[in-house]
Amino acid sequence: MGKTLAEKVWEAHIVRKGENGAPDLLYIDLHLCHEVTSPQAFEGLRLAGRPVRRPDLTMATEDHNTPTLDIDLPIADLTSRTQIQTLRNNAEEFGVRIHSLGDADQGIVHQVGPQLGLTMPGMTVVCGDSHTSTHGAFGGLAFGIGTSEVEHVLATQTLPLQPFKTMAINVVGDLPPGSTSKDIILAIIAKIGTGGGAGYVLEYRGAAIEKLSMEARMTICNMSIEAGARAGMIAPDQTTFDYVEGRPHAPQGEDWDAAVEYWRTLHTDDDAVFDVEVELRAGDLEPFITWGTNPGQGLPISASIPVPETIADENERVAAERAIEYMGLVPGQPLREIKVDTVFMGSCTNGRIEDLRSIAKVIQGKHKHDDVRVLVVPASARVRLQAEAEGLDQIFLDFGAEWRNAGCSMCLGMNPDQLAPGERSASTSNRNFEGRQGKGGRTHLVSPLVAAATAIRGTLSSLSDLDLPVGTDLTTFDGTPLAPLDPNVLVQV
Amino acid sequence: MDKFTTHTGIGVPLRRGNVDTDQIIPAVYLKRVTRTGFEDALFAAWRGDPSFILNQDAYKAGSVLVAGPDFGTGSSREHAVWALKDYGFKVVLASRFADIFRGNSGKQGLVAGLVEQEDVELLWKLLEATPGLEVTVDLVNRTVTAGEATVPFQIDDYTRWRLIEGLDDIGLTLQHEAEITAFEATREAWRPKTLPARTLPKIDIEAARSSS
Repeated sequence: MGKTLAEKVWEAHIVRKGENGAPDLLYIDLHLCHEVTSPQAFEGLRLAGRPVRRPDLTMATEDHNTPTLDIDLPIADLTSRTQIQTLRNNAEEFGVRIHSLGDADQGIVHQVGPQLGLTMPGMTVVCGDSHTSTHGAFGGLAFGIGTSEVEHVLATQTLPLQPFKTMAINVVGDLPPGSTSKDIILAIIAKIGTGGGAGYVLEYRGAAIEKLSMEARMTICNMSIEAGARAGMIAPDQTTFDYVEGRPHAPQGEDWDAAVEYWRTLHTDDDAVFDVEVELRAGDLEPFITWGTNPGQGLPISASIPVPETIADENERVAAERAIEYMGLVPGQPLREIKVDTVFMGSCTNGRIEDLRSIAKVIQGKHKHDDVRVLVVPASARVRLQAEAEGLDQIFLDFGAEWRNAGCSMCLGMNPDQLAPGERSASTSNRNFEGRQGKGGRTHLVSPLVAAATAIRGTLSSLSDLDLPVGTDLTTFDGTPLAPLDPNVLVQV
Repeated sequence: MDKFTTHTGIGVPLRRGNVDTDQIIPAVYLKRVTRTGFEDALFAAWRGDPSFILNQDAYKAGSVLVAGPDFGTGSSREHAVWALKDYGFKVVLASRFADIFRGNSGKQGLVAGLVEQEDVELLWKLLEATPGLEVTVDLVNRTVTAGEATVPFQIDDYTRWRLIEGLDDIGLTLQHEAEITAFEATREAWRPKTLPARTLPKIDIEAARSSS
């Protein structure tokens, strides 16, 4: 019987096969670290007198706590400052490469890896961060780990891992204009639930996926964890190779040829069998918006807030009642009538250059709604530079948005970028949990295009609500490849 | 890690599903660089509500949490496990756990036991009918006993063995160091190394200003 993509990558990394129910010991190709989940791991090494086994397969950057304003001044929050300083000290003590605040390669760790060409097909990538699933878009196994596992990887460059099950998510048809890869993944999570992927590695397949750019694919794999999955992955193809080629750490010459030859074998065999298959039709997919307090509570934008009394399952009904109360909504209220206070454009889900370009295309020449605050936070400093080289920053500033420095920012509000109690956001990020963006804050997860339209109108909106000129080309908004991050543009800055 | 065979303590019925890690410990508490002292952060947002279960005297000293399905979803923060442990919890029971949370629990000696949802409902009723009721979690036989009722729970064999023996994962892995070294010799040349660092040209980043 043939093998799935996930099984191929797994088997290529087995250091030692587990016996009698023990897990397999897998080799880790790349370990990314940030300041929040690593201090206790380094402390563990220090106490045990252990070195980092492979500093040359490890990299750190600062993202969760970093301010997005005044980054050249000392960080005002003392605990944040201490945590970042601790990472810097640990990196120096253990010989780990670090990209600190102010460095052009500082930024959200899941953007920095791919942008440096460190993330490639067929790799195992881990990080003490659940959105590590992002890197699976390149056709590798990438997953978030806890701090004990961070310490384990630092000490051994391996992880003992229990076997997984495989789930194929077949996304058939073509995305309509105005819908994006974010809408695909929100629809998938709504379909299978926040626990639907538990124990599985998801493989996204089908015509709609194959047409997506690398960055749009990253958005999908990024949110695999919101369906509870161990990891999400997409088979590498020419789109993948084109994205990787020429980046700082991409292989060169013969190494490149050997790599591509191997990468071309990384696809699920025709006769392989998945444990579960799920189908999603992209052809009539409307923009998706979450209304509740978990990412599975999402609906197409034309829908209304659910009426709990009509929900048969008791747990779901209670959850819906709680969510509606927390979110300050009314059962039956159309989503499009919900007014927002803040629009957040950023995060490891949708803070990349293509996201910023697509938003800029919608808002160009317009001004934001007076009642809305708009925060734009590029995923990395390099993305910010690229956007500035293309003049996008001026489009955002003219629109009335705040153009910030890079980091996780309001996705989880560990830095000063937070919602006030009761404040409502439309956010291109990945989690709408209670209090995630600030205590009492209310989050609606949306695509970059919905964020753009919402910032213009002040209520949850899609492109179809805008008076776009007749003949406006919306096809470039559907996630089809835009120009890749071009290193030459940056050199000319 | 301490060895775990059985534990008896007050059961706490948490009638909520999808308890995500942002609820278990909000991100603002993640800035600490220590591994202990997170007890005040556990369920921080909910503990402001006087009716919250852990604010009720009978349940305050609880050590066995019985929660709804999909416990521990969301972020990979091991702080969620530390906060539960620091508060005094030794066991969490639910019909479904998020994978990363369950993995983190196993590393830290917190038993995350899978109980059928109908048994969760039974435990909830018993624990609500007699607030402060003690339950016994037997890891050897994989059972939970509350009053007259005994229900089974699942935990994978390997994690169970490690918890019972109190074994440290890193130590176990380093017994196979020769195999790791042998594997490293077979890695292909194209696989990237982070050192020496290669980047695009260094460019100064202009700071966005709070005044603008």
